[in-house]
Amino acid sequence: MADDSQRFVADHVVSLPRSGIRDFFAIVAAMPQAISLGIGEPDFVTPWHIREAAIFALEKGKTSYTDNLGLIRLRREINTYVEHNFELSYNPDNEILVAVGVSEALDIALRAVLNPGDKVLYHEPCYVSYSPSILLAHAQPIAIGTSAEDQFGINPDAVEAAWEPGCKVLMLNFPTNPTGGVTERAKLERIAKFAIEKDLLVISDEIYSELTFEGEHTSIATLPGMQERTIFLHGFSKAFAMTGFRIGYACGPAPLIEAMMKVHQYSMLCAPILSQEAAIEALKNGGPAVAKMKEQYHRRRDLIVRRFNESGLTCHLPKGSFYAFPSIQSTGMSSMDFCRGLLTEEEVAIVPGTAFGPSGAGFARASFSTSYERIIEATDRIERYVDKVRK
Amino acid sequence: MSSVLQLLLEGEHLNTAQMAQVLGLSESDIAAELKRLEGEEILLGWRPVFNPERAQETIVRAVIEVKISPERDGGFDRLATRISRFDSVESCYLMSGSYDLLVIATGSDLRDVATFVSERLASIEGVLSTATHFMLRAYKDHGHIFSSPTEDSDKPAVSA
Repeated sequence: MADDSQRFVADHVVSLPRSGIRDFFAIVAAMPQAISLGIGEPDFVTPWHIREAAIFALEKGKTSYTDNLGLIRLRREINTYVEHNFELSYNPDNEILVAVGVSEALDIALRAVLNPGDKVLYHEPCYVSYSPSILLAHAQPIAIGTSAEDQFGINPDAVEAAWEPGCKVLMLNFPTNPTGGVTERAKLERIAKFAIEKDLLVISDEIYSELTFEGEHTSIATLPGMQERTIFLHGFSKAFAMTGFRIGYACGPAPLIEAMMKVHQYSMLCAPILSQEAAIEALKNGGPAVAKMKEQYHRRRDLIVRRFNESGLTCHLPKGSFYAFPSIQSTGMSSMDFCRGLLTEEEVAIVPGTAFGPSGAGFARASFSTSYERIIEATDRIERYVDKVRK
Repeated sequence: MSSVLQLLLEGEHLNTAQMAQVLGLSESDIAAELKRLEGEEILLGWRPVFNPERAQETIVRAVIEVKISPERDGGFDRLATRISRFDSVESCYLMSGSYDLLVIATGSDLRDVATFVSERLASIEGVLSTATHFMLRAYKDHGHIFSSPTEDSDKPAVSA
């Protein structure tokens, strides 16, 4: 087939960069024997009682569409859960929308609120979809760098410095993929004040919040004056190990949820009903399973961070998520060279920090969503590789 | 609960050196803790979990409901302990409900278990009756599910 069909692709899609993670995936896929610490999802299978609820729903013939906003039973459970865990309350009738993962919720939030040319502040390194989602909404992304000195939390001074006229939205994701960084309450309070002063809408992706190992997770939406200017995004993929169910939700002021619902209705229609039924079970009875998984992630984190620091790769303690983000600067190599070399010479896959934005240079992301044995073996090999390249 | 015990209960097979790595302790700390757990009879032993079909284990296993008469001193304890001492008794529990002891017994064949029940168990003074159920197939044992073939994971090796 002639490959000149490229001419049909829209300009703004042509100019979107390919995800760095996909490039790296292509290399790793050719090496099935490698130990991968590159996986951005839980190694646990969804707890059986949640899977069983989806099977039961299928047996009962639940194969229809649902309300565009999602099943009202689920929205009520979401409100109960969010009230209990975040001290936030939303009206299930018009302030909660069930989406196909936080990814969709984020996309429709941006498309619902941005006019072409609006500016969006987001912190970096970050999840790979943030900047492209802003671009796909015909808006302009403005990155705020975060650094190891701040444990990859966001610095309010940097937010203020990055702000410029035309900024409409501030996107936050704490704990952060890929750094595991969190932002302490005092800093969030300053950011909230600034958001109010500049009349910014905050879109807060809190997908890793249950996997906070130190201290209490604080949602910016709970701070004074913030709930009415925050779209709170959350989902089931990480804490409940439900990535394949593709289910998440957005909570926010009714007019914003209504606007998001329009975009959602005309593109996705509704989230799959089986996933919604599974999500109800997860919220009602998933607590003990989540706690058990969290306990294991916690031990794995302590192990991997200790091993990196012993290997001569400085690694801050990620306070949440299942990612460690060690610095590879002591080797003098670029992130990509280090990760490629590690893969070909020691058959261990970690993801170059630059896949998560330019400010990830000098770092790499290692997921500890895998067994102790694999973490021990992988970090032994990394230590050997670091010793070799430093000589 | 001790951190070593928690790690053991997670079920991943780790040697002492690996346990030491995971918990950030020295190997001698782990060894000492295991010794303490054993000394205090918290940890009684280790045993592998076999898939009987894969291991081509020909062992016969039966669940036996046993009614016994309680004794003035000690209730069911003396008889339960006595029954538990037989090598062919794998487990023995005092139950609520229509019988007293639930005994899981093993043997090399049906006759072996039948002989144990009729000649050893039922003949003990104080044992009032027994009802023996032979196990036909195992689906799950000690948290491990059998006969679910492991499928190739579709999970990408690297993902965002």
